[in-house]
Amino acid sequence: MNALVAAPIVLPIAGAALSIVIGRSRAAQRLLGVAVLVAVAGCAIALLIEVDSNGPAVVQAGDWPAPIGITLMVDRLAAIMLVLGSLMLLGVLVYAIGQGRVDGEEHRHVGFHPVYLVLSAGVAGAFLTGDLFNLFVSFEVMLTASYVLLTLGGRRSQVRAGMTYVVISLVASALFLTTIGFVYASTGTVNLAQLSTAMSELPDGLRHALALLLLGVFGIKAAVFPLFFWLPDSYPTAPTAVTAVFAGLLTKVGVYAIIRTQTLLVDPADRPAGLLLTIAGLTMAVGVLGAIAQSDMKRILSFHIVSQIGYMIFGLALFTVAGLAGAILYIVHHIVVKTTLFLIGGLVEHRAGSSDLDRVGGLLRTAPVLAITFLFTALSLAGIPPLSGFAAKFALVDAGIASSAWIVVGVSIVVSVLTLFSMTKIWAGVFGGEIDRDRDEPRPMPALMLGPTIALAGTAIAIALAAGPLYDLSERTAEDLLDADRYRLEVLGS
Amino acid sequence: MRRSTILDVSTRMVTVTTLVLSIYLLAAGHNQPGGGFIGGLVGGAAIALAYVGGGLERVRAFTRLQPWTILGAGLVVASLSAIVPLVMGRAVLEQGFVSLDLPVLGKVKATSALVFDTGVYALVLGMVLMAFEALGEERTPGSSTGSTPGRGEAS
Repeated sequence: MNALVAAPIVLPIAGAALSIVIGRSRAAQRLLGVAVLVAVAGCAIALLIEVDSNGPAVVQAGDWPAPIGITLMVDRLAAIMLVLGSLMLLGVLVYAIGQGRVDGEEHRHVGFHPVYLVLSAGVAGAFLTGDLFNLFVSFEVMLTASYVLLTLGGRRSQVRAGMTYVVISLVASALFLTTIGFVYASTGTVNLAQLSTAMSELPDGLRHALALLLLGVFGIKAAVFPLFFWLPDSYPTAPTAVTAVFAGLLTKVGVYAIIRTQTLLVDPADRPAGLLLTIAGLTMAVGVLGAIAQSDMKRILSFHIVSQIGYMIFGLALFTVAGLAGAILYIVHHIVVKTTLFLIGGLVEHRAGSSDLDRVGGLLRTAPVLAITFLFTALSLAGIPPLSGFAAKFALVDAGIASSAWIVVGVSIVVSVLTLFSMTKIWAGVFGGEIDRDRDEPRPMPALMLGPTIALAGTAIAIALAAGPLYDLSERTAEDLLDADRYRLEVLGS
Repeated sequence: MRRSTILDVSTRMVTVTTLVLSIYLLAAGHNQPGGGFIGGLVGGAAIALAYVGGGLERVRAFTRLQPWTILGAGLVVASLSAIVPLVMGRAVLEQGFVSLDLPVLGKVKATSALVFDTGVYALVLGMVLMAFEALGEERTPGSSTGSTPGRGEAS
């Protein structure tokens, strides 16, 4: 149990170290990377099964008791995120290896595999940590790795977009660290379990200020309105595999942090439901409107990330079991579908030389398998029954109606229709239309790129098929989340 | 530009002393000020001094290993010290120690934290070496007047 909890962080770091040492052989690096991520995914699945049946697992690093040492805490939410995260990282790594074999200097760079593993250690750390400071450390590990991955090719456009990303991330990190300083100064602890009581004993103004700061910090990371502007600018320029991981995972780590802190640290009496609902509605609407204005597949998808973060915040803002369960189901669906869509975008770019809607076309005839994969995932994103997006959106809308959040429910439905519209636009631009005769012969798609894409799309369909059990799991998770005492009891034992 | 003899000789002496100090700091780290990171930084200062004295040539003379091998090996050692307790069924990063009676040094307490620190030490040194490798290339002759002492084209 002990080993299982620590493995998702320790294994990738050890793997990264080995990967540096064996840097001469790209083949060995690839094998090592895949082996480590398979092991991590295995650990994550075992953890989820264990935690779901036997309750949360807590590990104190170095065997130092809770407030002193580093606490690792796995509850259902952490385990679910860990499973998804490791599966996505694995799928995308295989895709990146496939791409590295045919083109793309950056995937062949000696630093790619070590940094990718460090990124996965950071992501796992963020999900597993039980204190605010180590959440910061994990974020930094993750972000530092992401800076490298984003600019690994060293192309001019990458560095330019990387600058935006690095600057905004550093600002957020500085703000986060300042917030932790405030929290520590006012409560004397950074352990989440202790904070959950300590925060509620603070004076009103201070408590609200801290809660708002935390929301702002993670809001930047999660790209919610109005702090999303950096995302559509920086994501599309990175190499495809990198973008897919960023799109699928990194902003969701921010959402995870928002959910964790808002449910655990903010007193039930002053949960910012109204504020979060407003943010959720605006995030959905602005994101999708931004997407409609774009004409490049990757940019459209990037704006959709923003739009869909809104749905997750919407579920959280209800602060009911049904709402949170919907949000969790939505995150599960979103991570899989979004990663897949970006991988498809990469394949389109690989095959047709561009992801600009005006410059490609006719892929339905030249790449029918890809077209069908896109069709399923895109419809799922828009929420067409019976695909996974429908189950998730249905759960959210149902919860919204139960809490009489009529306006945001309305917004979410309109946004769904607009999402469908922009997916249709991609379909018409990329897959429909005439085959461009002037272009070079379309390049064949390597099995290592197509394989993981189809596997992830299959996962999305599996989510739709298993929506019932998954919703039950989400509901149990949501009950855990709304029960801060339980968390405290597990970590501190009193 | 000619090298300054005084600088050349004195950096040779000070470099060695600094390296010894860095190893002392590494070993003292667990219970006294010091540790792998501090030790590594001081060791890095020694390397920087060698660079000032003799340029990249002198930095490379420290070791035949590639900088990233040192860095990677350091990280391997550090992460092993987290994994080994797990394999032994203890908590991650848990530390143990033994007290030894050594002939010259007397009673010495050897902690397994030293293994972790040694890893960090190697990591920091590797990082410094990499930085010099990447940024410390000699200026090509004639491209500048080379006013910095010791950075001429003597090598």
